[in-house]
Amino acid sequence: MSHSPLIASLMRHKLTVGLLVTQVALTCAIVCNVASIIGHRLAQMQLPSGVAENELVLIESISVDESTNALARHDVDLAALRNIPGVVSAAAVDSVPFSGNNWSNGVSLLPNGPALTTATAYSGTQDEMRTLGMHLVAGRPFLPEEYIPLDAKHDWAGINHVPSTIITQSLAAKLFPGGNALGNVIYPGDGPIRIVGVVDHLLRPTLDESEASGYATLFPMLPDTANITYVMRTAPRERERVLADAQRVLAQLDGNRVLRKPQTFTQLRDDYFRRDRTMISLLLAAALGLLLVTAAGITGLASFWVQQRRRSIGIRRAVGATRRDILRYFQTENFVIVGAGVMLGVVLAYGLNVFLMEHYALQRLPWFYVPVGAVALWMLGQGAVLGPALRASGVPPVVATRG
Amino acid sequence: MIGYYAATAISSLRRSKTLAALMILVIGLGIGASMTMITIFHVLSEDPLPGRSDQLFAPVIDPRPLARDRSEPGEPDGNFTWPDAMNLLHAARADRQAAMAGGAVPVRPAQGGGLPFYETGHYVTADFFAMFSVPFAAGSGWRKEDDQAHARVVVLNSDLSRKLFGSEPAMGRTVRLKNIDFRVIGVVDHWNPQPQFYAQINGRVYGKPDQFFLPLQTAQDLALDFNGRFSCWDGGGDARTSDHCVWLQFWVQLDTAAKANTYRSYLASYWHDQQAHGRMQRPVRAELYGLVDWLARQHAIPDDLRLQLSLSLGFLAVCMLNVVGLLLATFLRRGGEISVRRALGARRWDIFLQLGVEASVIGLAGGLLGLGIAFVGLWSVRQRPDGYAQLAQMDARMLLGTIALALVASVVAGLLPAWRACRIPPALQLKTQ
Repeated sequence: MSHSPLIASLMRHKLTVGLLVTQVALTCAIVCNVASIIGHRLAQMQLPSGVAENELVLIESISVDESTNALARHDVDLAALRNIPGVVSAAAVDSVPFSGNNWSNGVSLLPNGPALTTATAYSGTQDEMRTLGMHLVAGRPFLPEEYIPLDAKHDWAGINHVPSTIITQSLAAKLFPGGNALGNVIYPGDGPIRIVGVVDHLLRPTLDESEASGYATLFPMLPDTANITYVMRTAPRERERVLADAQRVLAQLDGNRVLRKPQTFTQLRDDYFRRDRTMISLLLAAALGLLLVTAAGITGLASFWVQQRRRSIGIRRAVGATRRDILRYFQTENFVIVGAGVMLGVVLAYGLNVFLMEHYALQRLPWFYVPVGAVALWMLGQGAVLGPALRASGVPPVVATRG
Repeated sequence: MIGYYAATAISSLRRSKTLAALMILVIGLGIGASMTMITIFHVLSEDPLPGRSDQLFAPVIDPRPLARDRSEPGEPDGNFTWPDAMNLLHAARADRQAAMAGGAVPVRPAQGGGLPFYETGHYVTADFFAMFSVPFAAGSGWRKEDDQAHARVVVLNSDLSRKLFGSEPAMGRTVRLKNIDFRVIGVVDHWNPQPQFYAQINGRVYGKPDQFFLPLQTAQDLALDFNGRFSCWDGGGDARTSDHCVWLQFWVQLDTAAKANTYRSYLASYWHDQQAHGRMQRPVRAELYGLVDWLARQHAIPDDLRLQLSLSLGFLAVCMLNVVGLLLATFLRRGGEISVRRALGARRWDIFLQLGVEASVIGLAGGLLGLGIAFVGLWSVRQRPDGYAQLAQMDARMLLGTIALALVASVVAGLLPAWRACRIPPALQLKTQ
C-alpha cells in the first residue's frame, strides 16, 4: 500500500491530526519523565540499609535528670533489656539508618586537610555491630579497649581521640579509589583514626543523592547524651512483644525519663519512605490517567474518521480492497500519527527533563525510558485504534452504492 | 435564544451519549486533579502573617570559610553563629530584632506521678512576641532585661497550658522543663502560623505549633537541647557559643523600605568589619529577604508538591487537547446538519453560538464533576500524615476558582472546534447529501 494517499488524506484534517500529535507528544514527554522519577524513587527505597531489618526493634529514651552518669545508666538499662526473653542482643546507639538523626563530619586524609566528602558518624556500645547485624567484609571488629566516651558535653570531643573506625565499602572506594582502605588513616576530627574494618553496607540516617547515601563511619564511642536509642535484636515474630516488654522494663528502672518512638525497624523504614510511596502512587495514577485519556482520544477520533469515511471505504471495498487492507489502512494511519507524536514527544521529554533537573534537582532521564515510552505509546495507539479499524473493515462494499 | 441553544445542546449530547460522557469525564479528571493541587498550593503559599509580613526580614550573612567539600550547599541557609546573632541583637539597628532556635525538652506534669513527656518549642529573645504580633490569652512575653538576666520564665501555648493545668490559670505557676523550674508569665492564644516561617525550614515547617517559648540566653545557659541543623566547619571551643557553628535564626522588623536599605548596608559593613578580624572570608553579599521571598527561596513548600502541581497542570493540558479533538470530531460529524441550517439562513454567528453553548454545557458538567473529584482529592490528602495535610481545605475562593477554571477551559476548548465548524460552507455539504 502506498503511503502517499494516506498522508494526503491526513493533510486534509490538519487541525485534528495536529491536536492528536500534540496530545501524544505531551503524553510521551510527561510519561517518560514520570517513569524515570518512579524508577529513581523505587531504587532509593530498595537500597540495602546494611542492618538486620526484620529482627530489630528500637526505643528512644530521653533522660530528664542529667546528673546521673549516662554511661552507667545505659549499662543498667542494657542489662535489663538483655534479660527480656527473646532478646538476642541489645545496644545503645546514637542513631540508625532512616532515623533522620544525622551527625556528619567532613573526612580528610591529612590533618586539617580539605575534606574529600562528608560521612555520617555512628557511635554505640560494644554490641552495636552484632545487634544491628552488620557484615564485616574486611578487617576486624572494635576491641573492648578501643572504646571511649563520645563526650557530648564537650562538643562530641571523642571524635578527636578515638583510635579506630570501621567504614562502609562505598566510603572506602570514595576515599581510596582502587586501593585498600584497611590500615589507612582518616581525619574526621582533629586526630588520626585508623580504619580497622570495612562493612558491606550501612546507609546514612537521611538519604540524599544515592551515591553519598552509603558514606558512613562507625566509631568505638559510647554515647553519653541524655537522648539515646536502644536497639534490640530478636526473632521477627517476637518483635511486638519484645517492644512492649522493653517499654515496661525501662519505665520500671527509671520513671524519670521520656520513652519515645517505640517501633520496629520495619516501621521506621516504612515511615521514612512514606512520602515517596505517596508520590509514587500519585505519579502512577497520573501516568495511567494520561495514557487512558490519550487512548480515549485516539479511539474517539478514529471512530469519527471511520464514520466519516464509510462511503469511501465502501467504494474501496467495491473496487477490490480486502477487509485486511482496510484494517491495515487505519492501523498504518494511526502508526504515522502516533509516530509523529512520539518523535515530537522525545524532544519534549528531554526538554522537560532539563527543566526538571534545573528546578527540582531531579536526575537525568536515563535513555532507555524514551524508547520504552515510545513503543508503549505506539502499542497504546494500535490498541486504541483496533476497535474503530475493525468496524471500518466490516463496512460492506454495498455502502458505495447508497446515499 | 441561548435557552434554545442549551436545549439543542442537551438533546444533541443525548444523541452521542458515550462521547459526551467521555468528554465530561476527561474534563472532570483534568479539572479535579489540577484543582486539588492548586488548592493545596494556594493554602500552603498563603502569607503566614498577613499585614505584617512586608515588614519582616531574614538577614543573611555567610560566615563559612572559602573552600570546603563539594557536598556543601552553595547558598547559605541563613543560619547564624551565636556571636553574630548576639552582635546584631545588641547593635539593635532594626525596629525590632530577635534571635531564636527550635528546642525540645521533657516536660514534667504539674501533678506529681505522671510520666514526663516531650514537647517542642522555641528559644527566643524578647522582641519575638511583639515583632510577630503573637496573641496572648493571658500575660505577655518577657522584657529585654529578662534576656540579659537569664530569667527562668516561660510562655506556654494554650494547648500545653491546658495539658498541664487544665482549666486553671497557668499564670505565675511553675513548670518543670527537664529538671529546671520555670515561671509561667504568659499563655499564647492558639498561635499557629503556617508555615512556621521563623523556624529552620525543613520537612516539619508545616504542622504542630510551638508549645512553649523560653528566653534564648536562659536555654543556652542551661544547655537545653535544641532541634535542627547545626553545622560547624572547625573544632575547638564550645560549639554552641563558637563563631564556627551556625544554628540560630535571626529576624528583624523594618517598618519602611528606606530602613530596610539602611539595614542592608549595616549588614554589609558588619560583614566587612568581621573580615577585618579574619572571619567570613567569602565575598560580601549581605542580603535581606522579605518573609514571603524567604519562604520561596528556602523551598518551604516541598519540591514534591511543586512537581505534583506541574504534573497536574500537564495532565489538564492533555485532557483539554483531548476534549478539543473530540469536540471537533463531534461538530464536524454534524457537518450535514450545520450546512442545512446554514442553507436555511442561519448566520455563522448563530452556528458558532450554538456550538459554543454546547461546549459550555459539556464544560459545566465536567467542571461540576471536577469539583467533586477535587473534594475527594483534598479529602484523601487530609488523610495523609504530613504536616501540611490538615491545611488542604477548599475555601470559597478556590470553589469559585474551580468553576471558573472549568468554564474557561471548556469554552476555550470549545471555541476552536465551534469556529472551525461554523465555517462549513452550506452549498458544498448539501451537494454531497
